[in-house]
Amino acid sequence: MAQAVADSPIPEQSGTNYINAQKGILSWLLTVDHKRIGLMYLASTIIAFALGGFFALMLRLELLTPKRTIMDAATYNQAFTLHGAVMVFLFIIPAVPGAIGNFVLPIMLGAKDVAFPKLNLLSLYLYWTGALFTLSSLVTGGLDTGWTFYVPYSATTGGAVVKVTLGVFILGFSSILTGLNFIVTVHKLRAPGVSWFRLPLLVWALYATSVVQILATPVLGITLVLLMMERVLHIGIFDPALGGDPVLFQHFFWFYSHPAVYIMILPGMGIISEIISVHAKRRIFGYKAIAFSSMAIALIGFLVWGHHMFVAGQSHMAATIFSFLTFLVAIPSGVKVFNWLLTLWRGSIKYTTPMLFALSFMFLFTIGGLTGLFCGMLSVDMHIHDTYFVVAHFHYVMMGGTVIAFVGGLHHWWPKMTGKMYGEKLGALSCALVFIGFNATFFTQFILGSRGMPRRYYNYLDQFQPLHQFSTVGSWVIGLGFIVMAYNLLASLTSGARAPANPWGGKSLEWQTASPPITENFEVTPKVTHGPYDFSPEHQ
Amino acid sequence: MSTAETTAESGKETELSPQFHVAHHFDSADTQFDAGRMGIWLFLVTEVLLFGGLFCAFAIFRSWYFDSFVEAHHHLDKVMGGINTVVLISSSLTMALAVRSAQQSKKELTAILLAITLACAFAFLCIKYVEYSHKFHEGLLPGKYFSAEGFHTKHPGVFFAIYFMMTGIHGVHVVIGMCLITWILRRTMRGEFSSRYYAPVEGVGLYWHLVDLIWIYLFPLLYLVG
Repeated sequence: MAQAVADSPIPEQSGTNYINAQKGILSWLLTVDHKRIGLMYLASTIIAFALGGFFALMLRLELLTPKRTIMDAATYNQAFTLHGAVMVFLFIIPAVPGAIGNFVLPIMLGAKDVAFPKLNLLSLYLYWTGALFTLSSLVTGGLDTGWTFYVPYSATTGGAVVKVTLGVFILGFSSILTGLNFIVTVHKLRAPGVSWFRLPLLVWALYATSVVQILATPVLGITLVLLMMERVLHIGIFDPALGGDPVLFQHFFWFYSHPAVYIMILPGMGIISEIISVHAKRRIFGYKAIAFSSMAIALIGFLVWGHHMFVAGQSHMAATIFSFLTFLVAIPSGVKVFNWLLTLWRGSIKYTTPMLFALSFMFLFTIGGLTGLFCGMLSVDMHIHDTYFVVAHFHYVMMGGTVIAFVGGLHHWWPKMTGKMYGEKLGALSCALVFIGFNATFFTQFILGSRGMPRRYYNYLDQFQPLHQFSTVGSWVIGLGFIVMAYNLLASLTSGARAPANPWGGKSLEWQTASPPITENFEVTPKVTHGPYDFSPEHQ
Repeated sequence: MSTAETTAESGKETELSPQFHVAHHFDSADTQFDAGRMGIWLFLVTEVLLFGGLFCAFAIFRSWYFDSFVEAHHHLDKVMGGINTVVLISSSLTMALAVRSAQQSKKELTAILLAITLACAFAFLCIKYVEYSHKFHEGLLPGKYFSAEGFHTKHPGVFFAIYFMMTGIHGVHVVIGMCLITWILRRTMRGEFSSRYYAPVEGVGLYWHLVDLIWIYLFPLLYLVG
């Protein structure tokens, strides 16, 4: 490591660590330790992922045959709404910042905690409260608007719109507070020697994410307040019958929800930068390019929301500009992918589970990104808008990108979080299953969509059945992959080998302390003299 | 962590109040103050964006229903709105003075100024209540509930939807501000603030100025612009 203080050897396993420092349920519920909060986020978001995944499997099962297979059309509408809402608001948005970010960001900075530890705990409680409201719709009538809550339908349907939007409103506060906390932490709590260009790239990615969280989420907040008012009091801002404008809702909604796509993918990209560099033992290629491309994605991401509304009746001028700006996003995304590739070049690549996930990410994210260009092109979008092509595209980015990066990061930092090594063989198997199942499920949907299969439909033409069946079988393979992964990780808690402080030979600060770390993270505040990716021999 | 070494700017003894201590994860009280201040500013950014959505809706509907907005805005009480503007600006002044006196460790003066600020906020809400009850009485209400007679333009309810949402959410912020001012007033009276520790007073002050600033935009846009 590039540490001046690294003369004293790092204790491989400390007797006391953040997990066993205090006992009892209250010591967890009232903790302000960022690592414990991160772990609770991890458990919560994984439960949400399992729930959203269950809905997904049910949806795919229903689509095995045209017409009814296992549920009626109304239940189907509720299932895809909850699948989307749970995955977006309860899993993808909070998962990487809340779980992995909370755990590693302060350690990467050499800090003892985030800037506002109590606020951090409040974020978690707000997350739980918001989740409770959102999921309460399950037992109180369901919601069938889709996760986008488009008016005028959401203002008139009988579903539990107010409960869910209130839940999402509260989740927004949680997201804002996490972002605020991270930004202040990165500015104020870097250890001596940790300059901006010695920050690990995950920190840059989380910083860019936090900027988006702070600037976009309040607009979603006000939109949801107006939607609730529309529904309860019929104030007429979105209702065309009263003079309102439903397209205004779409503008407001996507002003948040498009940047939110970058809240979802940017931290994933940060994780990939860490994994690629550490598991190939290679200084990251184009550090500054990757760091600035995160900021560029965050900023351009605010200017492209109109590409969700190409067929919603906006002017040709607006559509053309939004289309052009959408293509701009491809540049910083491409910068990242090529820099990762060049980092691998002549690296000593180890095919560990995190690396396998990172390689999967590069493959799947590239497909997801390139098909995004199809959707951003006005003439093509006319044909593929609201078809399975779009569904496949965003699953390649969100699941093939973010989820794969998240589980890759989970394996990468699992030894640090738990002090246990997972099994590499089962890890590789789970990665292979998820990768194969994922492509079987979603590549098929590109074909379905290009042939005209509309999204969110309960019934379909007989000619689509073989592809739908192939996709459904693929979803079972994904499910199996995640079950293997869950078994592998959980089994490691009881029977895994004890993790050394630095199992991968990483150079960033989180690998310079015990696994699991002590409550204060470091015995002595580290003094950093080199960057986080110095794998050259003189620094070994 | 030693707090005695943290006064870089002066060589004299620190005047931290006994209740204050530097949290374990900060290396000095100054870093902690800076972090807190930065957090408040970032929070204010989110507030600006929250209201930004409403201002955006205002601009769109005003251009759509220009005649209706002109007709409807004559039904707002310019005198009461004007008085409220003066009341809020005054409260901002007393708030700024309260922060200054807290920085100078003048406990009694800070308490008095905060109390005046609180009284102004209360007066603002009372006047707002009178205005609202007139609107309710005359049926000048949003959307479906709009029932006033004698309007010549289409969809006047949209103006009142915007009016009630903007002033209503602003009013909620005034109420939250009053709670916060009460909180720091109590802490001031307990002697928790001094020239070395006044971050909460300053933070609440910044928030209160933002609430004031938003009203300074709301008043001309809703009441005055024809």
